[in-house]
Amino acid sequence: MNLISDLPEVFDTFAQQRKNSFLTVKEFKERGIPIIGSYCSYFPKEIAMAAGAAPVSLCSTSGETIPEAEKDLPRNLCPLIKSSYGFAKTQKCPYFYFSDLVVGETTCDGKKKMYEMLSDLKDVHVMRLPNKQDEEALDAWTNEIIRLKNAVEERFGVTITEEKLREAVHINNQANASLESLCTVMEHDPCPISGHDLFKVLNGSQFKFDRKALAAEITALSQKIEADYSSGRMLDKRPRILITGCPMGGATEKVIEAVEQNGGIVVGFENCSGEKNFGIQVDEKAADIYRALARRYLDIGCSVMSPNPHRLDTLGRMIDQYHADGVLEMDLQTCLTYEVESAKIRRFVTKEKGIPYLQVETDYSQSDIGQLNTRIAAFIEMI
Amino acid sequence: MRYIGIDIGSTSAKTVVMEEDRKILCSFTVPTGWSSFDAGKRIETELQNRLGKLPRQDFRCVSTGYGRQAVSWAERRVTEITCHSRGASFLFGDGLMNVIDIGGQDTKVISVTAGKVDEFFMNEKCAAGTGKFLEVLSGRLNIPPEELDLLASHHTKELVISSMCTVFAESEVVSLAGQGESKENLAFGVLHSVAEKVSTLYGRLAETDRQKVVLTGGLCSYPFFQSLLSDKIGQKVVSAPMARYAGAIGAAMMA
Repeated sequence: MNLISDLPEVFDTFAQQRKNSFLTVKEFKERGIPIIGSYCSYFPKEIAMAAGAAPVSLCSTSGETIPEAEKDLPRNLCPLIKSSYGFAKTQKCPYFYFSDLVVGETTCDGKKKMYEMLSDLKDVHVMRLPNKQDEEALDAWTNEIIRLKNAVEERFGVTITEEKLREAVHINNQANASLESLCTVMEHDPCPISGHDLFKVLNGSQFKFDRKALAAEITALSQKIEADYSSGRMLDKRPRILITGCPMGGATEKVIEAVEQNGGIVVGFENCSGEKNFGIQVDEKAADIYRALARRYLDIGCSVMSPNPHRLDTLGRMIDQYHADGVLEMDLQTCLTYEVESAKIRRFVTKEKGIPYLQVETDYSQSDIGQLNTRIAAFIEMI
Repeated sequence: MRYIGIDIGSTSAKTVVMEEDRKILCSFTVPTGWSSFDAGKRIETELQNRLGKLPRQDFRCVSTGYGRQAVSWAERRVTEITCHSRGASFLFGDGLMNVIDIGGQDTKVISVTAGKVDEFFMNEKCAAGTGKFLEVLSGRLNIPPEELDLLASHHTKELVISSMCTVFAESEVVSLAGQGESKENLAFGVLHSVAEKVSTLYGRLAETDRQKVVLTGGLCSYPFFQSLLSDKIGQKVVSAPMARYAGAIGAAMMA
């Protein structure tokens, strides 16, 4: 892995990764490699990998397709759902276009109903995600993962052997561990890099199809950042903000920018762009690999879970680990479960952890930039 | 040394000049108009008229408000949340308090300890409970906004305007007026609606029971509104004529 290039160049390349991989996915298609699209962190990539298919994240973070989506969907709906549907409908997302199968999960009600409509446009497999994390839910979710395996085998005429699955689990664990380890560079105070640069890598890495190569690349990047830090390359000391809430990316990177342009630094992401996506490992040694896989995904602390203790555990741990001075929750408009849960998160952050908390609600438009800047700047001034 | 605080809000731009010992030397308001940059220029001219040509090393300036970027010569730009907190402490004394600032397009509730922000909430993307709501509806009643308070105090009925949306509330007022409701009762309904919305926002604060609750911003000289708001939140809300300058005062304090 050649990583001689300068860090800013590396970050830019990752930022462009989504676009750069358009051609890769087309090549896959031409070579007959099945493509499985997904929207959510709950999708067990390992099943796709074990089937020799390429798992891809589908477009859902830009407002450009929302007007088209609103012809079919209510206006008063989460922008992520509207954007996802709009990209699919308008064929503007090459990943959706080239996908042979789209896998969704019954996470929130909006997505659940949107997947029904999506099935008019594509072959859609919906996994029934329980909204509890107990043993009964684990049984049900294990069955759902096996049901997905069967569907993939049947759809593509392949056999997913236990050996292949274990290999996929190992590769994906290593990729996730490398991303988790990259995040720890932000434990340094002052930080070596900006939170936005970290975000570019985390987000871009979802569009790297070779998960084995990704692990090596990310590990080399972490080493380069640490080496530069040792030789004095770092930012100035700033108020340290931990981000939680809904998935981020594209249009909502305005929130990261608002933090970093107003004197703060984002030290971590306890959301689907960060910790929720790669913070949990599958137990590779487990006797029942399907159950282990189910455990790993069911443990994600998403607000669709009720109760949702893992979000508090992870948030508490990250506040300590990254010496956060404040927690900023970004919720997407009309995201019911995150917005309701925010009262609990506020109490936990301010009372138990004793640091300030700010919740902002936003969508994919740029119309609230002024208001976001005022709120976030005032929040940073408080610290 | 002079300390200048400039608070360019969406409706009016407030300026406060403080002396070396942080006593207020002068204060003035200009309408913001269509452009905060244009307001910034008019403030500069007005400052020159009042203070003469001050050498650059003889003054320091902090700007705040949504138009804070428009004052290119300010040393620093600070948000109105922080400035109102500092300004409220200047006007109403240190210690624990809750500050309610009703601005032209934003309403804020802030818990403050000795001038420092503990917690704050702002209205979401909506004009309900802001000065904009009053401006639009007083326009519909064909009176200047500053007459609303006196008019409402002469109401004969506690009329409720139920629409939170400014546009819908306007239609509601039109239809109520069509049914022969008096201007006094409609004015009451308008102020009551703002008090209701602001008290909901206030209720989000962790410590709503702080002894001192102060009102800053454009409605500081609306005594009837203050009594409505006091009833709604169950605490006595105090204000002062200079409280409309709280943001600019806070900015001058930080200059």
